[in-house]
Amino acid sequence: MAGGLRPQKARTPVEFFLQQLVNGVTLGGVYALVALGYTMVYGIIQLINFAHGEIYASGGYMGVILISWLFAHGFPPMVCLGAALILAMGYCALLAMALEKVAYKPLRQSSRLSVLLSALGMSIFLQNGLMLTQGVYDRAYPTEMVQGGFHVHGVIVSYMQCIIVGLTVLLLVLLNLLVYRTRIGKAMRATAQDKTMSALVGINSSRIISVTFAIGAGLAAAAGIMVGLYYGSVRYDMGFVPGIKAFSAAVLGGIGNITGAMLGGLLIGVIEVFAAGYISSEYKDVFAFIILIAVLYFMPTGIMGENVDDTRI
Amino acid sequence: MTIRASKLWLRYGLAMAWFFVLLWPLLGIKPEGLEFAVSFAIWIKVAVAAAILLALYQLNKAGAFGFLTRPAAAAGRVAVGAAARVPRWLVLSVVLAAAVSFPFFTERYAHDVAISVLVYIILGLGLNIVVGLAGLLDLGYIAFFGVGAYTYALLSVHFGVSFWLCLPISACFAAVAGCIIGYPTLRMRGDYLAIVTLGFGEIVRIVLNNWMSVTNGPNGILGIKSPGAYWWQGDTLEHIWLNNLEQLYFIILALAVFTVIAVYRLNHSRIGRAFEAVREDQTAAELMGVNTLGIKLLAYALGAVFGGLAGTFFAARMQFVSPESFTFIESAMVLSMVVLGGMGSIPGVILGAVVLIVLPELFRGFQLYRMFVFGGVMAMMMVFRPKGLWPAKRLGQRSEERG
Amino acid sequence: MTNNTPILELKGVTSAYGRIKAIREVSLKVYPGEVVSIIGANGAGKSTTLMSICGVLRPEEGEVWYDGRRIDGLAADLLPPRGLCQVPEGRRIFPRLTVEENLDMGAFFRSDPEGIEHDKNRVFQLFPILLERRRQQGGTLSGGEQQMLAMGRALMGRPRLLLLDEPSLGLAPLIVQQIFHIIREINESDGVTVVLVEQNANLALKNSSRGYVLETGNVIMEDSAAALLANPAIRKAYLGE
Repeated sequence: MAGGLRPQKARTPVEFFLQQLVNGVTLGGVYALVALGYTMVYGIIQLINFAHGEIYASGGYMGVILISWLFAHGFPPMVCLGAALILAMGYCALLAMALEKVAYKPLRQSSRLSVLLSALGMSIFLQNGLMLTQGVYDRAYPTEMVQGGFHVHGVIVSYMQCIIVGLTVLLLVLLNLLVYRTRIGKAMRATAQDKTMSALVGINSSRIISVTFAIGAGLAAAAGIMVGLYYGSVRYDMGFVPGIKAFSAAVLGGIGNITGAMLGGLLIGVIEVFAAGYISSEYKDVFAFIILIAVLYFMPTGIMGENVDDTRI
Repeated sequence: MTIRASKLWLRYGLAMAWFFVLLWPLLGIKPEGLEFAVSFAIWIKVAVAAAILLALYQLNKAGAFGFLTRPAAAAGRVAVGAAARVPRWLVLSVVLAAAVSFPFFTERYAHDVAISVLVYIILGLGLNIVVGLAGLLDLGYIAFFGVGAYTYALLSVHFGVSFWLCLPISACFAAVAGCIIGYPTLRMRGDYLAIVTLGFGEIVRIVLNNWMSVTNGPNGILGIKSPGAYWWQGDTLEHIWLNNLEQLYFIILALAVFTVIAVYRLNHSRIGRAFEAVREDQTAAELMGVNTLGIKLLAYALGAVFGGLAGTFFAARMQFVSPESFTFIESAMVLSMVVLGGMGSIPGVILGAVVLIVLPELFRGFQLYRMFVFGGVMAMMMVFRPKGLWPAKRLGQRSEERG
Repeated sequence: MTNNTPILELKGVTSAYGRIKAIREVSLKVYPGEVVSIIGANGAGKSTTLMSICGVLRPEEGEVWYDGRRIDGLAADLLPPRGLCQVPEGRRIFPRLTVEENLDMGAFFRSDPEGIEHDKNRVFQLFPILLERRRQQGGTLSGGEQQMLAMGRALMGRPRLLLLDEPSLGLAPLIVQQIFHIIREINESDGVTVVLVEQNANLALKNSSRGYVLETGNVIMEDSAAALLANPAIRKAYLGE
């Protein structure tokens, strides 16, 4: 855990529960950010963007590179964090747009299997590209940047967790405003609902798809940085398992549904932390997969259901 | 022509500039400072390679290689014509004869590579049933390989069950595993299926990794027996272990030939046609009286059987198994063989396995770049040649490819 | 009608879905200020003709000219800014956008807030029910309301040529009358040229100046609406007599 805080005394079950909840919400927020990228891309072109996890990992790497560089040059921590966040989000947005242009756009008329395989190929390509350029080993974040925390009734909340949750909430609010209040957001929803019709009212769907990829990638990059800060390091293959979990979150919330992805992410994070805390930490990754399978089997439209469709994009 | 050419080069320039911008942050920003040299070195390689390819492409289009390609095309036509006249049994027997005599002309290292190729051919053909024939994208296929390998490993180490007996047992276990994985996914749409099978594959690996009391976790299982056989030693029939590479090569060759024949027969059977019907149009297939759920389950089970067979052999050949051999990357590798070769095509899958195993062996210096290139090639294949190197012959087209 | 340069002209347009040719060498002209009907039975190629005009379907042969420029092969999203808008078959409302957002989408390419506001008020004046339902999701509207919304959305693009595909389909007679009344009003007071595709030939011809008859992908007849209404063959085939 970041910050090096230790409990002052042995915990009561209630305190343990609350601690797990706090940790779960932190993790869940990060999953929600990644899940949004999946859900938005799926909503608009019905593609599981396998490479999304790698975009998230690239964001984590950009974060560690920029933060270490800025921090080494004596910038204050908040400036480092802010600048790294913005630059990494921008970089990943460009990366995702390039990815879409190269690997998905030429396949717009092909079978779904082809696009899916192309996505898978790009995922492997980017993951190994990260390995080649950044090395096989973990890269450490300068976690000494933000240290400490506070105790509330025996529950430790680190400042880093506060920053993560705060940023996540900020990004989610901004995203909601973007999607529901702006012209481009409305055009995104229109394109997701009917591509031919949106062309008939003069919307350039290619541009909207690019924007969607960029937004999803920006959120994933922010999530990558936060995870790096939370766990203290990044690794080239860090995108794979969280990618599947975030996709599970998107499915859990009903794919294509923005509010659903947020809720789903939160739920998956909390469930994972509780499963690790109460059942078995070795098998914690299994639970996310089991949830994914169970949701798809028993309620394929997700917890938000098909009737609550006003939040689908 | 000149205008178009300049436009092409402009695009190339823009793409390369963009690529450099993308590359530089990951390679050039260090805590010590900014550095251009590394990313520039990589960028210049890619830029030069791409420029050469582009120039070749343009020259080819302009007909500069006419003196080369025209005779080559003519020769190709002659060769194809001649090949069509050679009866197929002759081609097959020549290939088989070459495969059988292979170990007598080659060394240990070549045997080793050939064994890997054959294992992957079996895996590729098994996955081909699921992906190529039935059209169900399975990203956790390697789990069946793992089930087969661990079945034999455990039975061999704890109960001393022989390899030959274990082949059918492992195949059954794998088939059951296939049904277990297949059942909940039957009603799912294609792309959900992909992620769910991926999840199942990971579950199997995580369980193998953590169930210490049975699988010995990440340390794996040691001391698995090789296949045994009775053979004349002088005058007496004695039990021996077939543990040198030559003998193992023949075992896996036999398994591979069995697989090819089985998959070929399956392709041309009623069930094979049902698979294709489900792939092309599930609703129509159902209306024609195909039991689509049963057929899908059968596809999983049959695919798993070959995975299990290959796994059993793998455990016997390595005499050691650990969860590390059953990661997602292996699934992706088998899948890229199927895709590269051509989905649904037996010679295609064989070609894919040969290419993907032998090429990296030839370029051992580039070991690290293997998966990097795979990923890129997989995406590019989908864009430029979605049917693979050796496409399957079929009647009619896929519904979504039409128009 | 007095102007003799057509605003829209199709010259021998052939379009196909895969190998099946849906229309063959269709030629037609629409002059500014006209209401032109294209009538024909189910599957005669009426909607295909419209889709070929507006760039969703790329014609295999032939040329489409609009406002003095050749537009076949242009991407569909480039045409609304030039004043060519369509109300497609099945209306295609964005189901999870509100009524007002649907109208905003009709004006997506425009950047004159006052003009957009003005046109929105005009749409609400033409279809008061939309004002009532402005915060409701498009998918929850009734068929007639959806038709009105689809027309309103097209009008938000300030079209000079409006393509209407089966505006009467599946609607109650009273609503149909209302819709056609508004079509005439758009044509007469806003000066919008209208191309009307209809199965209901009687209604369409009564509301237009000229008509084209499509049969199995070919134009088999073109004439003034009055002449077509009087033609015994047409009366027999399309007017149910």
